[in-house]
Amino acid sequence: VWGKVFAAESGRQRKKKTKESKTRTVHANILYDSAKGEESPNRHYANNKIKTTKYTLLSFLPKNLFEQFHRFANVYFVFIALLNFVPVVNAFQPELALAPVVFILSVTAIKDLWEDYRRHRSDKEINHMDCLVYSRAERRYVEIYWKELRVGDFVRLRCNEILPADVLLLSSSDPDRLCHIETATLDGETNLKQRQVVRSFYDLDCDFNPLKYTSVIECEKPNNDLNRFRGYIIHRNGRRDALYKDNLLLRGCTIRNTEEAVGIVIYAGHETKAMLNNNGPRYKRSKLERQMNVDVFWCVIILLIMCLFTAVGHGLWMFQYGDKRPVFDVLSPEGTDLSPIMSAIYLFLTMIIVFQVLIPISLFVSIEIVKICQVYFIHNDLELYEEETDSHLQCRALNITEDLGQMQYIFSDKTGTLTENKMVFRRCTVAGVEYSHDANARRLAMYQEVDSEEEECVSHGGTLPRRDSVTSHTSARVVLRSQSTKSHRRTGSRAEAKRASILSKHTAFSSPMEKDITPDPQLLDKVNECSSKMDFMRFHSQSLSTLSSDLCDIIDFFVALTICNTVVVSSPNQPRQKVRMRFELKSPVKTIEDFIKRFTPSRLTSSNNSSSSSLNRSNNRGCSSLISSPSADSTLTKLDEEKTAPDLQHDFTPVPPCFDPAKSWRLEEGELRYEAESPDEAALVYAARAYKCSLVGRLPDQVTVELPHLGKLSFELLHTLGFDSTRKRMSVVVRHPLTDQITVYTKGADSVIMDIIRPPDTGKRQKKIICRTQNYLNQYAADGLRTLCIAKKVLSKEEYACWLQRHLQAETAIQGREELLFESALRLETNLHLLGATGIEDRLQDGVPETIASLRKAGLQIWVLTGDKQETAVNILLTLNADSQEACALLLDESLHYIQAKFLCSSSDQAAKMYLTNNINNMAAADLYPSLPVHRLGLVIDGRTLAYALDRSLEDKFLAVARSCRSVLCCRSTPLQKSMVVKLVRNKLKVMTLAIGDGANDVSMIQVADVGVGISGQEGMQAVMASDFALPRFSYLQKLLLVHGHWCYSRLANMILYFFYKNAMFVALIFWYQFYCGFSGSAMIDQWYLIFFNLMFSAFPQLITGTLDKDVSAETLQHLPQLYRSGQNSEEYKPYMFWMNMIDAFYQSLVCFFIPYFAYADSGVDLFTWGTPITTIALFTILLHLGVETKTWTWMNWLSICFSVALFFTVALCYNASCPTCYSPSNPYWTIQRLLQDPLFYFLCIITPCSALLPRYFYRACQGTLFPSAVQVGRQLDKLPPETRRNILSLSRVTTGSPLSLQPHFLSTNKPLPKDNEGTNNISQTYKKEDAGKDKDTSKDMYSFVNSEGDTLPYTKDLPRGELNISCKTPEALNTSPEVSHGLSPSLVTSPPLLSPTDSVVLPPEHGPPCVRYKRSSEEGIQGQDRTEHKIQVAL
Amino acid sequence: MITAMMASSYNAKEEDGHHSGAAGHGGAGAVKSRKPDNTAFKQQRLPAWQPILTAGTVLPAFFVIGLIFIPIGIGLYVTSNNIKEFEIDYTGVDSNSPCYSCARNFSSNSTTPCTCSLNFTLEQPFESNVFMYYGLSNFYQNHRRYVKSRDDSQLNGDLSSLKEPSKECEPYRTSESFPIAPCGAIANSLFNDTLELYYVESNGTRNLVPLVKKGIAWWTDKHVKFRNPSGNSNLTIAFQGTSKPVNWRKPVFELDPLDSENNGFINEDFIVWMRTAALPTFRKLYRIIQKKPSTTPTLPSGRYILTVTYNYPVLSFDGRKRMILSTISWMGGKNPFLGIAYITVGSICFFLG
Repeated sequence: VWGKVFAAESGRQRKKKTKESKTRTVHANILYDSAKGEESPNRHYANNKIKTTKYTLLSFLPKNLFEQFHRFANVYFVFIALLNFVPVVNAFQPELALAPVVFILSVTAIKDLWEDYRRHRSDKEINHMDCLVYSRAERRYVEIYWKELRVGDFVRLRCNEILPADVLLLSSSDPDRLCHIETATLDGETNLKQRQVVRSFYDLDCDFNPLKYTSVIECEKPNNDLNRFRGYIIHRNGRRDALYKDNLLLRGCTIRNTEEAVGIVIYAGHETKAMLNNNGPRYKRSKLERQMNVDVFWCVIILLIMCLFTAVGHGLWMFQYGDKRPVFDVLSPEGTDLSPIMSAIYLFLTMIIVFQVLIPISLFVSIEIVKICQVYFIHNDLELYEEETDSHLQCRALNITEDLGQMQYIFSDKTGTLTENKMVFRRCTVAGVEYSHDANARRLAMYQEVDSEEEECVSHGGTLPRRDSVTSHTSARVVLRSQSTKSHRRTGSRAEAKRASILSKHTAFSSPMEKDITPDPQLLDKVNECSSKMDFMRFHSQSLSTLSSDLCDIIDFFVALTICNTVVVSSPNQPRQKVRMRFELKSPVKTIEDFIKRFTPSRLTSSNNSSSSSLNRSNNRGCSSLISSPSADSTLTKLDEEKTAPDLQHDFTPVPPCFDPAKSWRLEEGELRYEAESPDEAALVYAARAYKCSLVGRLPDQVTVELPHLGKLSFELLHTLGFDSTRKRMSVVVRHPLTDQITVYTKGADSVIMDIIRPPDTGKRQKKIICRTQNYLNQYAADGLRTLCIAKKVLSKEEYACWLQRHLQAETAIQGREELLFESALRLETNLHLLGATGIEDRLQDGVPETIASLRKAGLQIWVLTGDKQETAVNILLTLNADSQEACALLLDESLHYIQAKFLCSSSDQAAKMYLTNNINNMAAADLYPSLPVHRLGLVIDGRTLAYALDRSLEDKFLAVARSCRSVLCCRSTPLQKSMVVKLVRNKLKVMTLAIGDGANDVSMIQVADVGVGISGQEGMQAVMASDFALPRFSYLQKLLLVHGHWCYSRLANMILYFFYKNAMFVALIFWYQFYCGFSGSAMIDQWYLIFFNLMFSAFPQLITGTLDKDVSAETLQHLPQLYRSGQNSEEYKPYMFWMNMIDAFYQSLVCFFIPYFAYADSGVDLFTWGTPITTIALFTILLHLGVETKTWTWMNWLSICFSVALFFTVALCYNASCPTCYSPSNPYWTIQRLLQDPLFYFLCIITPCSALLPRYFYRACQGTLFPSAVQVGRQLDKLPPETRRNILSLSRVTTGSPLSLQPHFLSTNKPLPKDNEGTNNISQTYKKEDAGKDKDTSKDMYSFVNSEGDTLPYTKDLPRGELNISCKTPEALNTSPEVSHGLSPSLVTSPPLLSPTDSVVLPPEHGPPCVRYKRSSEEGIQGQDRTEHKIQVAL
Repeated sequence: MITAMMASSYNAKEEDGHHSGAAGHGGAGAVKSRKPDNTAFKQQRLPAWQPILTAGTVLPAFFVIGLIFIPIGIGLYVTSNNIKEFEIDYTGVDSNSPCYSCARNFSSNSTTPCTCSLNFTLEQPFESNVFMYYGLSNFYQNHRRYVKSRDDSQLNGDLSSLKEPSKECEPYRTSESFPIAPCGAIANSLFNDTLELYYVESNGTRNLVPLVKKGIAWWTDKHVKFRNPSGNSNLTIAFQGTSKPVNWRKPVFELDPLDSENNGFINEDFIVWMRTAALPTFRKLYRIIQKKPSTTPTLPSGRYILTVTYNYPVLSFDGRKRMILSTISWMGGKNPFLGIAYITVGSICFFLG
């Protein structure tokens, strides 16, 4: 009955929809099962099958041909071939003339077919993935393929499954009705996101039953906005509930931490948001190809000129005979007498056919073939293969390999691309004392020395149990995981860890590197001392206040690290089972009564009840090994507490840890696992655990922490004020079990926390702590660590009650709840007591710093565009930033002025000044992107500001600013913005851009850039699918660009030039002949030779050279990234080179024509007997020319050249012997055979190529001797014995005078800020809105800023120390940059000059304020800041 | 189970270290490794010779080239210089030329052939075989439409082509509805001057120098490419139903009525003509003066008379006609160019070196 009603209603709605076309209505499919889909209201929506192929079997031929004819050259060649069918103008046998065109078209078609087939296969793979869909017939969930999924289906999703479509969440096994998803594939953020069950299904107690579902969903049409979803659900009773984006699970995301969820499909297939965000791939044409096309165009012009010349010549030739028609001037076939003019016109067309070879038809095919071969070699490079994941580089685009050698800008995603997205605890400061964790640093360094660590391995992780793990699927996973954990412990390599994480698929954030923190001995001692004291005091019932405040802070610090988070604990034996259970008593405290109830002595009982009930529930849930469940564990603890601690004042566990059964179990059973929403949290929890302060359980209302000596302590969790990006902090309100005080622990970005800590005037000690901590924070920031501050606050019960009341009001408020909650949080988080700060490192991937360093040396600009929250990064100042267009414009102006001012005062160069002044005036002019000296500045811009900056009116200014900075970081940018930035740079600066990223959020950027590179790793396949190249890791980019890119470019550039030369040379032979045949369009070269010369005889050697030639060895290229510049500057193929080649071609053809001409002058030689030696000579000349240009001769080169010659003679011999009457008009019967008996032929073949190549050979020799290019020097280096070469290579880093270090392109800032000056030296230029330009130096502001900076670029100091040694080899190096080596924080010491120190521009400290800030009251836009730059510098 | 396999896979990996063979072990590793082969080819490490063009490497090459080329050049030059050649223009452009009147009063349909005689003196005796050429200048036998204007199958004796010549022969394909044999412009413009050479002895008597008309065409042309229409040994019948080319005075089967082996399509003068010259100034072999068995030179020095039956008009297109007598060497006719070229290039190389 209901079905009918709904059908009727839906019918109405559909009509409405067709009218309005603004919404989509989704019904449950199971209501219409009987109707076989005919009646289904959802049948109009796209199904879930995706198809990215271009052709079908039928449409292939027409469509492909159609596409191929988009290429001008193809049309041209077909036109010429057809022209041949016109009798008046034909030059060759028409069928013969078709051959090359058909050949070329079919080769391209086959290639396209193959590519499409690959796409088809990957589609098929995706379409055939499984998912569970509710079937009405079977009344259960059945497995179907993704492609069979339809809108309106109920899908059951299990943990770690990938979502097949956009699904509205209707039910979740999670007690809080949440579902955690990882959206890494969409936006690159790897932290888990929570999605909520639709509100109306929230209170559903039992499992969701699809059969009972009768509601209708109305929502917006499919769109590509990932962050928007609006709609409502209409229930049977007419109630409407709104739907938000929090209810929608997007295709491509992965379900995490949620056992099971059920949802209804809203958008499927191509209508899903993920797919809509995937624009079709742009047809990419490489720069070289574009350049080549220009020259092809020139070739056309040359061709036309030649044809015109010949036509005019023919007209005049005809004219000179007047009316007397000579016997050899044959009438047209029609027998009509042609006037000279008509004759000339016909001849013009004929000549186009004869000279068609000038437009190199085989060039396009040859380039494709060479590119495929290059791709093959890149594929097969062992150094680009990662053994651990068994993946190698994939070239997905076959036609832009040479672009890799010409990159100028790299746009990189950060998380997961540069970094591993694994946060590692590095250092901390507690109560103003820094614990540098040297051992930890050493340990981390160890991980970097990839395979050298086998014996180092610490044993405590490698003994995970395996005994009970064979049966269930889950436990098998666990063991798999523990196995993998073991494996990376064994090799110690992060690559192994990566592999392991891929194997186990859901190790969210816990590689051993993050887990095993080596504690700082000093701090460990203190912790031990402190806890033993506390233990002692607890036993003696002393007040804890007698403890020294330092020690107190330490314990508090670790407690805060442990509990101030949302980390979920799970034991290895039940990895998916969330410990969080459902409770009758919901945390947090709900009402005042509740509060009162909970804060009376009777509390324990109730809590106990609750936890025992939870125990029951967890029993009911049927977990495999109950006793190991931490919840049960904590319950036991509680029971213990109850037994032994009747006194509420001292709520502790009396059992010493060694007797704790739970603890002994823990030791036996292995470690607990922490699943955090963000990697930072996990890192901190693991860090705390290293100090024996471990989180053992988390229940909604309590957190259990195990402390040394003290055993397990249960903190009653009163409130959790979750993290949000506005506040940039999170807080927990707990009741401290030892003191029974209500304590607030807050953790957050240093800048925010520093603002809300208790004013320093409260105590001298606190003031000192703050001051010191700030210093350390600056230092961390300088090291590129992510800093977090930890603070606490003790509330009296009254205060708490007071706050709680208002908070509850806020929670229950209907209107403006968000704001009220926000205010409430602000009220709580004030007057904090600073405990300490931590420095966390988002570790860079292996070799990233080296890679970036050498890419920089190669002259590449690197921009980091990341969608990541730079939480602590450019912090609140940025988020409250420019909220209007004008403000942004002003900011940009100011930045620019600042940069210019800075440049002016630091530069003594008058000319530069003039240039800049000019520049200011013409700033808006789009064509004036001055090559401003690259500054030491770095630009940090966040998404919102970027939105303004990318506006048409401001983009020029933005670019001007960005260009004058050495590094640019755009954080919090949306995928669209990323692509806009790339597009802007690409279009406006006319540079070659490469975008590299790993997540789906990078897809649009990858597609927009000239070359898109995807990191094929854990984060889904979207980036890879969209990319042109997929790398297993970032560091491979170095070899890909510096070696393969260079090779591909130089090979292809040389090949293209050679092609032009070859064709011009060949065609010019015929052109010269026109002077001797009355401009009649006659050719002495047999038409067969003419047509197949390019396709066959001279094709192979150039292909081999184009594929295999190495101008410089891979080793040298990698050691001398400067050589990459030859590609960037297009040095191998400059416009003048084309003309030089043309001139050379004309010279050579003159030689090749006139030597035989004079040798056979006034003899009885016939046309083709004379033409054949010319063909042969031309072939020899062309091959030898290639030989001169070939840099490395392998047996393949020799073979190909021999083959070419042999092929020519074989074909000639066969052809000339085959048929005495065929092949009109040349009829070359027995020509070559006779020629081969003629000694003259051989003498010609020797002298002509020699004299033709003499100038080029001589030029090359002179060039190689007198003014060798960098590449040539590199080649000469290759010839040296390896030992010498190594020495020279290492030397070349310090010697500037050597030809190897080219122009000092990078003004690298090697002068780090002296540490002790930091406080005073940092003059922050503050532009206030009211009084702009007025300097304001508030150290506090500056501090916050500097700190915040720390997180913008958390990569530092990973450069190998070896480089420093090298750079210090020369005494000048030591003299010029003493700062580099002395008295700096370790990170600065490890930041060696990337170039020789003599290259660096060391600005005097009184100029260039090291820190600058543009501030417009609280609107902060762009910050060009030295510190950032410095850090980037250090890192990059 | 899985565990065990994984474990073994890892162990294998550990033992083998870097070897890719590890992938083959264990169940999980059974998936074929995609590791590229470590071959020199695939890793682009093929042993290679890397010539670097610098002065040091190039200088020896220049010297060597110079040293080789100069002697060759000298040899060629000397050889060419030893060839004796005599050339006489008989076009009759000048009014004092014996053939002036013939050239002026030329008309294609005059029945009486115009003859003229030219006197010349050979300063040196010509030894060995002497080749007699006729040379034409400004005659564009390489004109595109001219070159195409022939039917090779017809010339090969194909009967159907005889009756139905190729379209390429237009407009010399048919004449008065009969197919032309041989068709086409090349055949139509056949050189038809007759040259006779007399040696004037010191006593004034004229001795006809015997001219051999066979062996002047390529052997393959005469025996393979060109064939008379088969079926009938009598050429007159074989060519029945065809018309002579427009410009010809007599049909093709009367080219050499005396020698059936030199008549019709396989007439050697015809074959030589049909091999179109590459350049507008060319010579074609006309006759061979064979070496005498005795020691006397083939053509002793002295006075000669060349009698020309002037049939071929060239003045209309500003052409020239020549008669050339030449001996040949192993490298062909007299042409000092190649020797000079070798010497020049060799010297340049030497100089540059």
